[in-house]
Amino acid sequence: MAERGASGGGSGGDSLDKSITLPPDEIFRNLENAKRFAIDIGGSLTKLAYYSTVQHKVAKVRSFDHPGKDVEQEHEPPYEVSVQEEITARLHFIKFENTYMEACLDFIRDHLVNTETKVIQATGGGAYKFKDLIEEKLRLKVDKEDVMTCLIKGCNFVLKNIPHEAFMYQKDSDPEFRFQTNHPNIFPYLLVNIGSGVSIVKVETEDRFEWIGGSSIGGGTFWGLGALLTKTKKFDELLQLASRGRHANVDMLVQDIYGGAHQTLGLSGNLIASSFGKSATADREFSKEDMAKSLLHMISNDIGQLACLYAKLHGLDRVYFGGFFIRGHPVTMRTITYSINFFSKGEVQALFLRHEGYLGAIGAFLKGAEQDNPNQYSWGENYAASSGLMSTSPELCPTQRARSGTFDLLEMDRLERPLVNLPLLLDPSSYVPDTVDLTDDALARQYWLTCFEEALDGVVKRAVASQPESIDAAERAEKFRQKYWSKLQTLRHQPFAYGTLTVRSLLDTREHCLNEFNFPDPYSKVKQKENGLALKCFQSVTRSLDSLGWEERQLALVKGLLAGNVFDWGAKAVSDVLESDPQFGFEEAKRKLQERPWLVDSYTKWLQRLKGPPHKCALIFADNSGIDVILGVFPFVRELLCRGTEVILACNSGPALNDVTYSESLIVAERIAAMDPIVCSALREDRLLLVQTGSSSPCLDLSRLDKGLAVLVRERGADLVVIEGMGRAIHTNYHASLRCESLKLAVVKNAWLAERLGGQLFSVIFKYEVPTE
Amino acid sequence: MSRNREKQLVSLPLPHSQTLFVPALLEHMMAHGHHLRIPVNKPVGCRLASPRLEPGHQPEREAAFPWFGMDIGGTLVKLVYFEPKDITAEEEQEEVENLKSIRKYLTSNTAYGKTGIRDVHLELKNLTMCGRKGNLHFIRFPTCAMHMFIQMGSEKNFSSLHTTLCATGGGAFKFEEDFRMIADLQLHKLDELDCLIQGLLYVDSVGFNGKPECYYFENPTNPELCQKKPYCLDNPYPMLLVNMGSGVSILAVYSKDNYKRVTGTSLGGGTFLGLCCLLTGCETFEEALEMAAKGDSTNVDKLVKDIYGGDYERFGLQGSAVASSFGNMMSKEKRESISKEDLARATLVTITNNIGSIARMCALNENIDKVVFVGNFLRINMVSMKLLAYAMDFWSKGQLKALFLEHEGYFGAVGALLELFKMTDAQ
Repeated sequence: MAERGASGGGSGGDSLDKSITLPPDEIFRNLENAKRFAIDIGGSLTKLAYYSTVQHKVAKVRSFDHPGKDVEQEHEPPYEVSVQEEITARLHFIKFENTYMEACLDFIRDHLVNTETKVIQATGGGAYKFKDLIEEKLRLKVDKEDVMTCLIKGCNFVLKNIPHEAFMYQKDSDPEFRFQTNHPNIFPYLLVNIGSGVSIVKVETEDRFEWIGGSSIGGGTFWGLGALLTKTKKFDELLQLASRGRHANVDMLVQDIYGGAHQTLGLSGNLIASSFGKSATADREFSKEDMAKSLLHMISNDIGQLACLYAKLHGLDRVYFGGFFIRGHPVTMRTITYSINFFSKGEVQALFLRHEGYLGAIGAFLKGAEQDNPNQYSWGENYAASSGLMSTSPELCPTQRARSGTFDLLEMDRLERPLVNLPLLLDPSSYVPDTVDLTDDALARQYWLTCFEEALDGVVKRAVASQPESIDAAERAEKFRQKYWSKLQTLRHQPFAYGTLTVRSLLDTREHCLNEFNFPDPYSKVKQKENGLALKCFQSVTRSLDSLGWEERQLALVKGLLAGNVFDWGAKAVSDVLESDPQFGFEEAKRKLQERPWLVDSYTKWLQRLKGPPHKCALIFADNSGIDVILGVFPFVRELLCRGTEVILACNSGPALNDVTYSESLIVAERIAAMDPIVCSALREDRLLLVQTGSSSPCLDLSRLDKGLAVLVRERGADLVVIEGMGRAIHTNYHASLRCESLKLAVVKNAWLAERLGGQLFSVIFKYEVPTE
Repeated sequence: MSRNREKQLVSLPLPHSQTLFVPALLEHMMAHGHHLRIPVNKPVGCRLASPRLEPGHQPEREAAFPWFGMDIGGTLVKLVYFEPKDITAEEEQEEVENLKSIRKYLTSNTAYGKTGIRDVHLELKNLTMCGRKGNLHFIRFPTCAMHMFIQMGSEKNFSSLHTTLCATGGGAFKFEEDFRMIADLQLHKLDELDCLIQGLLYVDSVGFNGKPECYYFENPTNPELCQKKPYCLDNPYPMLLVNMGSGVSILAVYSKDNYKRVTGTSLGGGTFLGLCCLLTGCETFEEALEMAAKGDSTNVDKLVKDIYGGDYERFGLQGSAVASSFGNMMSKEKRESISKEDLARATLVTITNNIGSIARMCALNENIDKVVFVGNFLRINMVSMKLLAYAMDFWSKGQLKALFLEHEGYFGAVGALLELFKMTDAQ
C-alpha cells in the first residue's frame, strides 16, 4: 500500500530524483478545491496537510409530491430515489521524503486552483530551511508555528477522532499491537516526544499543557553517539545494527558483578548494572551491532525511567510516545515498552500512536484553521484512502528505508454531526463495540477475510446494477473491486493496519471503498422495491397481530422482528436465496427461523417483564429496509406505543448495504402513519421520534452516536434499548453493558458464526438483559 | 583482560615490586609463618573476641588482626585497613611475622603494583576503633585483579591466618565460591547498602582528621563564586543517597536502619569510562577525566539555541541548555572535526546530568531535599560535582541541596569493617 506513487520509491529510495512524475489522483487528491495548507518538515520526512471539499454522489430519497394518494399501482415505488452530488469536507495528510519537496511543491502549484489561500502554516525543524522554497513555489506566506503546540493539538485531535489510534506494543505476543478503545476523556495524559532530545509534556485540556521536563539523551544521542561508535551514518541503519546485536557483550550485567548468586538474592541477572561497563578496556574490540544494541538499551531505559518518574510525580498512568526515535520502529517501541514496564512495575502504560508521524502537520493545520473551528466537528478516518500502519515484520518490510521512500496518506472525512457516547452505556471507558477481535483470533480472521473476498463479486455486480444509466459504472466497479481486494490482502498480512481488525472494520472499509468510486448506495433500488412491497403488507400483518390474544401476540411480534431480520443482503446465505427466489417472503422467513428454545433465549423473562409496568421510553436501533423495518420493527413499535412507551427509532444517517437510512425511515413512517392511526398519532404527539445514528455502518458503535440522539435519550429518559440485527447485536454490542434494560436480537445468517456460537444457520439470538443493581 | 596482561601479572617478581599490588599484598601476608594470635580466655580456634568497651583499656577479646573491610564492586575493589598504633611491646612481640609485614608493607607504600593505590590523602589518623587507636587506610585496586588475589591466597595458604574477611559488594557473592574453593577462605558477605549507610554515618561522625567530612558548593549556579564549603551532617535524615559506581543506586534514608532503594540507573561511572575508551581510545579513569577537563561539550551537544536560535520561551528553556547530548554528532562534518577532549567532556557531562536529573526526580517523588552524592565516579571529578550542585540548585529553584563526602567511594568498605566488630560483639 505504501508503494503508491514515487516511481522507484521502493528499491531506489536513495535516488534524489527531483523530476519524478507524481500520479496526481493517487497522492495529492482533491487539490483543486484545497485550502488551508499546513506543512511539518522534519529531518527526513515532510508531512503536508490541507483541507478540501470532496464532491461525491449520494442517494437521496423523496416522497412523491402527491400526498394522500392511497390507491397504488402494483409496481409503483413508494418514493423517488435520485442520485445527487454532495459536497463534504475532507482533511488530507500526505507524508513524503524531503527529497521530493521540490517536485511536490511544483505539483501543488500547478494544480492549485483556489486562490483564497494566502498563508501556509509551517512547523518542524526543517520549516526554516525550506521557507524560501515554499514561499517562492507556492506564493504563500509561511507562518511558523510552535512545534510542541502543534504536536499536542495533533495528538488531541487523533485521540478524539480516530478509533484505535493508540496501541500498546508487545513484541513477542500475538498480535504485537494492542489497540486501545478511545477513552471518553483523553485528559490528562503525558506525551513524551523523543526527537533529538526528549520533551515530557503534561496535557491537561485542549488548550492547557505544560512542559514538565525533558532529557538531552534522546534520538540525537542514539544517532550521534551511534554514528561515532559504529561509523554508521543513518539512523535506520543504526537501528538495524542494534536489532542484530547482543548488548551483554558490552554492558556489565548484574550477573557479571554478582556471579551466579543473583538468583539466590532474587536479582535478575540480566539486568544491566552498567551500560558500556565492559567496554572500559583498550584490549578488546566490540562489534558495531553489540555497541548499537547497548546504546539503544541505554537510551530507551533512560527515557522510560524518566517518563515513569514524571508520570509518578504527576499521578498519570498513560504515557504516549512520539518523535522520530519511535515512529513505528518496532525495535524502539519494544525497548521503551520494556523500560516502562520495568520501572513502573506495570503501573504505567506505554502507548504509541498509529498516526504519530502526522501529529505536527495536523496540529499546524488546526492552528491555521481555527476560524473554521474544526474541533467542533467529529471526523472519521477514511479507510479507503488512508494508508494503514506499516508492517513491522522483516519479511514484509525488509528495510525501514523502503518504507520511508514512499508516500503515505491519511484522509479524514468531516462528519455531518458531532458524535458522542450513548448516555446509557454502563461504563463508557471500558466499552468495546466489537465482539471478536480479528487481530487476536486468527481462525476467525481467516474465515472473515475469505468470506469478504468471496462476497466481493456479488457486491461488484450489485454496484453496477444500481447505476444502469451510468456509462462508467462497470469501470468504477472494477476499480472498487481492486481497491477493496488489495485492502483485504493487506489485512491478511497486516491485520493491525487500521487498528483492531473486526467484522465491523471490514464492513466499513467496504462502504468507504464503494463511496470512493461513487457507489453511494448500491442497494437503493432494492430497498425502494422492498419497502414498497412491505408497506403493502403492513395492514394485513397488523390486523393479524391485533387478532391474537395478548400473550400470543407478544411472541408473534418478536418472531416478526426476527423473521424480518432474515432479509439481509449483507448475508451471503440470504442474498443467494433472495437472488434466486424473488417470491421469498415474510412467511417463508418465519419458517426458516429456529424453533424455541432459541440459541440464546430469554424470551420468558422478557414476557414476564411485559406483564409489568410499561417502559417509559424505548430506543430502537433498526437494521434492514423493507420487511425488517416495516413488518418487523413497526408492529413492535406500535405495540410499545400502545403500552404507553415512547419510542425513539434510530436509523443510519448514511446508507450501508440494505440497512434502512434515516431519510428512508421518515418516508416509511409517513406512509405507515397514513395507514395506521396509532403510529400517526404517536408521530404527531412526538411519542414516536425518528432520529439518525450519525453512522453509515452496518454495525453500531455506541460510543460514536449522533449528539441529537444522545440528547433525546437523556431528555426522554430512555429505559429500554433494542438492538436488532447481526451487525449491531452480534458483531458489535453482544457484550455491551447498559445502564438500562436491553434487548439484543438477531438471526444468525452465517453458518460459520452460528457454529461458533454453538448453533446452526438461522439460529435465533434473543438476549434480554436487566442491569444488575 | 588480555592474555598479554595476564602473563605480565603472573611473571612479575614479588613481594616489593612496584608493579603489582594484589599478589604483593598477599605475598606479604603469607611471607612468614602462619601463627595465630590466640585471644586470652578463649579456647583455641575461636577467632573472634568482643571488643573492650572503654577506650584505652586493653581488651580481653577482640577481632583478630588484620582488620580489613572489603567492597568488591563491578570495577573497583575498595579495601580499608586499620593499622593499630597502640601496639604494646608485648603485642609487638606476639604479633606473628606476616601480620607485621602486612602492616609495614601497607603503611609504608602508597602504590602497590601498577593498579593498587592507597589514597593517602584520605587516611583517618588517630582513630579509635573497637577500643584500639590507629590509622584507617583507604586502598583500591581493579576488580579484574580479583582472581589473582584469590589464586595467590590459595598458593600462600592465607586461610591459616584464620581472620574473618568481611566483604560486601556484588563481588562478595561472585567470588565467594572462588575464595572458598581456591583459597579455603570463607567470606563473611554483607549487604552493600547496609554497609554503605553504616560506613557513611560512621565516617561522618568521626570527621576527617578534625575537618568535616561533608561539604557542599556555595553559589552553585555562579561559576565565579562557586566554592566548596563544609556542611554539618548532624541531622542527615531524610536524605537521598546517590551512590555512583559503575552503575548508580539511589536510596532514600530515613534513619540509621530505615532506608529503601528507590531506583538505579545503568548510566554510571562504568558508562562514562566505557564510552570514553571507545570514543577516545583512553584506558583509565584518570586519563578520561584529564581529557574531559580540557574539552568543550558544546561542540558535541546540540543546545537549545542550536535549534531555536535562542531560548525556547514557550517552555522556559534557556538557549544554553543541552537539547540533545551528542546531537551535533548526527552531522558527518562535525563528527570528522571533533576532538577527543570534546568527546570525553560531552560523555562526562551527559552521564552526570542524567544522574542529576534522575536524582532530582527521586528527591521530588520522595519529598526529600538533601541529596548526598557518593561513589568513585566523583573521585578527582570536580566537573561532575559542580554540575550536580548546579543541577540540583537550578532545576529545583534552590529547593534541593547537593552534598558530597570526602571519602566518596569507601563507605561500603568501612561499613564492612564495622560489621567485623559487630560480629565480635555478638559473640
